[in-house]
Amino acid sequence: MNWSHFFAMGGYAVYVWSAYGLAALILILNVYLPLAHRKTVRRRLREFLQLKEQIR
Amino acid sequence: MHKYASPKFFYSLAGQLTPWLAALTAVLLLAGLYFGLFVAPPDYQQGESYRIMFIHVPAAWMSMFVYVLMAGAGAVALVWNIKLAEMFAACCAPIGASFTFLALVTGSLWGKPMWGAWWAWDARLTSELILFFLYIGYMALQASIDDPRRAARASAILALVGVVNIPVIHFSVNWWNTLHQPASVSRMGAPTIAPIMLVPLLLMALAFTIYFFTVVLMRMRNEILERERHTGWVAEMLNSES
Amino acid sequence: MPNLLKAVAFLFRRDLTVALRRSTDILTPLVFFVIVVSLFPLGLGADPAVLRTIAPGVIWVAALLATMLSLNRLFANDHADGTLEQMALAPYPLTLLVFTKVAAHWALTGLPLVLISPLLAVQMNLADSAIGTLVLSLLLGTPVLSLLGAVGAALTLGLRGGGVLVSLLVLPLYTPVLIFGAGAVSGVVTGLDIEAQFSLLGAFLALAVTFAPWAAAAALRVSLD
Repeated sequence: MNWSHFFAMGGYAVYVWSAYGLAALILILNVYLPLAHRKTVRRRLREFLQLKEQIR
Repeated sequence: MHKYASPKFFYSLAGQLTPWLAALTAVLLLAGLYFGLFVAPPDYQQGESYRIMFIHVPAAWMSMFVYVLMAGAGAVALVWNIKLAEMFAACCAPIGASFTFLALVTGSLWGKPMWGAWWAWDARLTSELILFFLYIGYMALQASIDDPRRAARASAILALVGVVNIPVIHFSVNWWNTLHQPASVSRMGAPTIAPIMLVPLLLMALAFTIYFFTVVLMRMRNEILERERHTGWVAEMLNSES
Repeated sequence: MPNLLKAVAFLFRRDLTVALRRSTDILTPLVFFVIVVSLFPLGLGADPAVLRTIAPGVIWVAALLATMLSLNRLFANDHADGTLEQMALAPYPLTLLVFTKVAAHWALTGLPLVLISPLLAVQMNLADSAIGTLVLSLLLGTPVLSLLGAVGAALTLGLRGGGVLVSLLVLPLYTPVLIFGAGAVSGVVTGLDIEAQFSLLGAFLALAVTFAPWAAAAALRVSLD
């Protein structure tokens, strides 16, 4: 397997790898964002529930 | 029927499904990448640059598919008042917009070596651009309405109007393109597809689809927690997990 | 249903009267239309050949933008004083009432654009033979813009950032009308057969008249609830 040949992509390396790189970025982002948001949601909900308890 | 429409049930179901769907996505992605980057031969005319197709085309398919799902879920929410349908539609939008964006940028990257320009108002890319605007409008409308119920119902109407217009827009842009496009710029089409090239294309399309369902379920779980925060089961679950 | 025809006629006349009292509401989009078209020569240079080429597109885009600007007066004023809610509760089909309002709105917004367009065509050096086509294309197209715009206005009723938001929602939907409207005019300039363009504009109008008031009424109910 000629790796340097592979990475050169027949001279189109910039285009091809940018495309695949962006795809990777977007796929990762769309997984990361809900996960991060989940933490925030749970924390805010806990605070909300605590407040509810106190008000009772 | 009622059990399946219950947010609580869906929440736990989604939680159980997500890891499996994620695993399936990974397998399909690896297979698609392997076939697309290593097995499929270079194209006679476009050389190696055509490999962008394995990202661009599935992304474009997904951008349309997700919009249709979004409109369908909106219709269900409008007609039968099902909260889960409302949440599903809302969660679809950012993912669909991401795919549209990906399709646009990869389309541009594919076109540059071909046409020498980053953007050439090709019919398909122009339609995709308008679809992107439709997604942005949908998300903007959702964001502007505080009441979740009004937000869901208004966006549902917008999505339905949009979905009906999409074929009209495609047709109009195609017509416009044949009129204004100089003959030297050929339609950015897939190269004459050798069967071996179909394999990675379909694998990537499948991978993106399963990926979509994985991610939308993750978003829906968050949405359910927020919207159902007043219920007992959410309180119980959060307390027991402390 | 108490006399439907009377009610519709009354609503139409009422909307016209109210709008004419607030004449700035009517004149502003018209003046905007004229100003925007004038901006293009200022921005691109006054080369007559260039102006002639871009005239159909420029005039059409300006018409789109002017329509967008005028949309908020369709429902907002009635919403503010509670009239809109009364209309929703009235024993008449809301779809028909919405259609009537849009018709009155177009009569004072779209129609003036159509009528003033020949002047702008001359300003942009459009071939004389194409002016008739321009007027006709706008005549068919501006009602579609008002009808689709009504759906957007209904969806964004009472929302902050309403004006810009409506544009975001509705402008992508306007693209087919723009393509065929401006396309008809460019077509006649280059001597092509423009039957297809006009057939499609007619079809868009028919579809918009049939479905847009219904969608706008549904959107109004969602916004008023």
